[in-house]
Amino acid sequence: MNRLATLHIRTPEGVVFSQELAGPMARFLAWFVDVLCLLAFVFLLNMVLAMFAFISFGLAQAVGMLSFFVFYVGYGIYTEWRWRGQTIGKRVLRLRVVDVHGLRLKFSQVLIRNLLRPVDMQPLFFYLVGGLASLLNSRGQRLGDLAANTIVVRIPKLTEPNLDQLMADKFNSLRAWPHLEARLRQRLSPAEASIALQAIVRRDLLEPRARVELFAELAAHFKGKVQFPAEAVEGITDEQYVRDVVDCLFRPGRKSATRPRPESEPAPAGSAPPVIA
Amino acid sequence: MIIDLQRFLAAERPFWTELEETLNRLENSGGAVMQFEEARRFHYLYERTASGLAKLNTFSSEPDTRRYLESLVARAYGEINETRERQYRLSPWHWFFQTLPQTFRRRIRAFWLALGITIAGALFGGLAVAFDPDAKGSILPEMFESHRGDPAERVAREEQDRDGHSAEGMTSFSAQLMVNNISVSIRALAFGVTYGIGTVILLFYNGIILGLVSADYVMAGQTVFLLGWLLPHGVIELPAIFIGAQAGLVLAGALIGWGRRETLRARLRAVAPDLMTLICGVALMLVWAGIVEAFFSQFHAPVLPYSVKITFGCIELVALVFFLSRCGRAEEEREQAAGGAMPALEVKARA
Repeated sequence: MNRLATLHIRTPEGVVFSQELAGPMARFLAWFVDVLCLLAFVFLLNMVLAMFAFISFGLAQAVGMLSFFVFYVGYGIYTEWRWRGQTIGKRVLRLRVVDVHGLRLKFSQVLIRNLLRPVDMQPLFFYLVGGLASLLNSRGQRLGDLAANTIVVRIPKLTEPNLDQLMADKFNSLRAWPHLEARLRQRLSPAEASIALQAIVRRDLLEPRARVELFAELAAHFKGKVQFPAEAVEGITDEQYVRDVVDCLFRPGRKSATRPRPESEPAPAGSAPPVIA
Repeated sequence: MIIDLQRFLAAERPFWTELEETLNRLENSGGAVMQFEEARRFHYLYERTASGLAKLNTFSSEPDTRRYLESLVARAYGEINETRERQYRLSPWHWFFQTLPQTFRRRIRAFWLALGITIAGALFGGLAVAFDPDAKGSILPEMFESHRGDPAERVAREEQDRDGHSAEGMTSFSAQLMVNNISVSIRALAFGVTYGIGTVILLFYNGIILGLVSADYVMAGQTVFLLGWLLPHGVIELPAIFIGAQAGLVLAGALIGWGRRETLRARLRAVAPDLMTLICGVALMLVWAGIVEAFFSQFHAPVLPYSVKITFGCIELVALVFFLSRCGRAEEEREQAAGGAMPALEVKARA
């Protein structure tokens, strides 16, 4: 299975969304957390039963055996049903069991994927069958998932781009030419814009040399799309140029910088003298 | 066109947060039901977020926000859409007396197959011990240590041991039996995923043990003891394990899908509720069998006459057969009659 395998679902409304499938390592860690929960339960149970054994040893033994069995079998079933496909381990690792079509999980699905665990755990408790099945399956399904029509997906956190941090209080010389700025937005595709944005967002992660080369390449590409006057790009680095492009693309309609006017061009009536902020 | 991402995020973020909060509430509260206005608001938020996702995909490709929105839309989509035919409230009474026996009858062929495989195994085990009495020692696993000796000696020992069954010991033994038998039944279901091969092996092996022990006792002239010992719990325990295996074979049938045109997923989806019903029924039956085995089967004559034990076992068997063959039949026939009347009504309407 691809490390970043995704499942694409098209809703009846025509909206397409993809879900990132959980990898074997994340699932193993979630299972490990669940095993710790099981051990904690056994520890607590033994403490309670040790007190209870003074009254009736046989009864304590019976209660212990049944409680362990019910918890062992029922833990995954109960938590995944109660928390819509999550156990404690899956919550910690931000994973979730969902229907393979993105539909709501049914109790029978939760039950089957958990009852088929003994096969996936073979041999002994090493999960080799389940692990191998999930590695060979394009959706990362173990046998229990296959039978129950379920998959395990990641739940991403909201991380929105901090545009203010990148752009605030920065002079943008390209804004002095609004018609060229508009042409830039018209000619660039969302994919190109996204590449520029991601380059700016992740610039501190790049090595200095790679950073210079990347922004030089990007700047050359954008300069080829729209030619700004020499005074607009004079004295600014490639990185600053790309940052200004991103500012124009993703924050249109901000207050424009005032362009230095040629002496031959008459100033409009009542206008203030040119000020560069 | 590229959207003004900052303005877009600022405008839409409150709706996404509201949707996420609603989803968290729904996901953490189990079977919470929304009021009409809440449902309308939830649907509006879902549509707005889905529309935001479509807009973001078309006019910008900011990946982190897109992934977050995809996750939100996926969760909301899963809350709104499901494959259940209709909403129903779980009624244990209706499930036990209607759904369980109806499901058993609907999948009866798998049950007969499970029974047939066990009988084949039992014949094999019986013949093995009949032709070679030493086979008992090598075939019987360690957990059947008490059956490796002479049956007559064991019967004499059991009949003399009148005080050996304490209430505490029986309770613990009962719990052990329930756990063991339910585990075996779950395995019989689970190994259906190996295209039924695992289930067949498990049934055949259990059949060998059963046939071997039974033949050994019969040949030693201990048939009455055998019946008195096995019948009270065995008439429930053995059918329960067959039903567990029946579920496993149903699963295997869905995986193989001989002569069926549905996709694998559709076949598995179709059998899932039946598997659930059968395995839950098995668990109930085995709880009863565990109690009977620990508190009733382990007492022998003269404490408990064999005639009483055999009669009790026969009554249980008749009750079980009646339950599985008759319960819920009236409703089934009504549904069939209603289903059969439909085409006639359609023809009438067309005419």
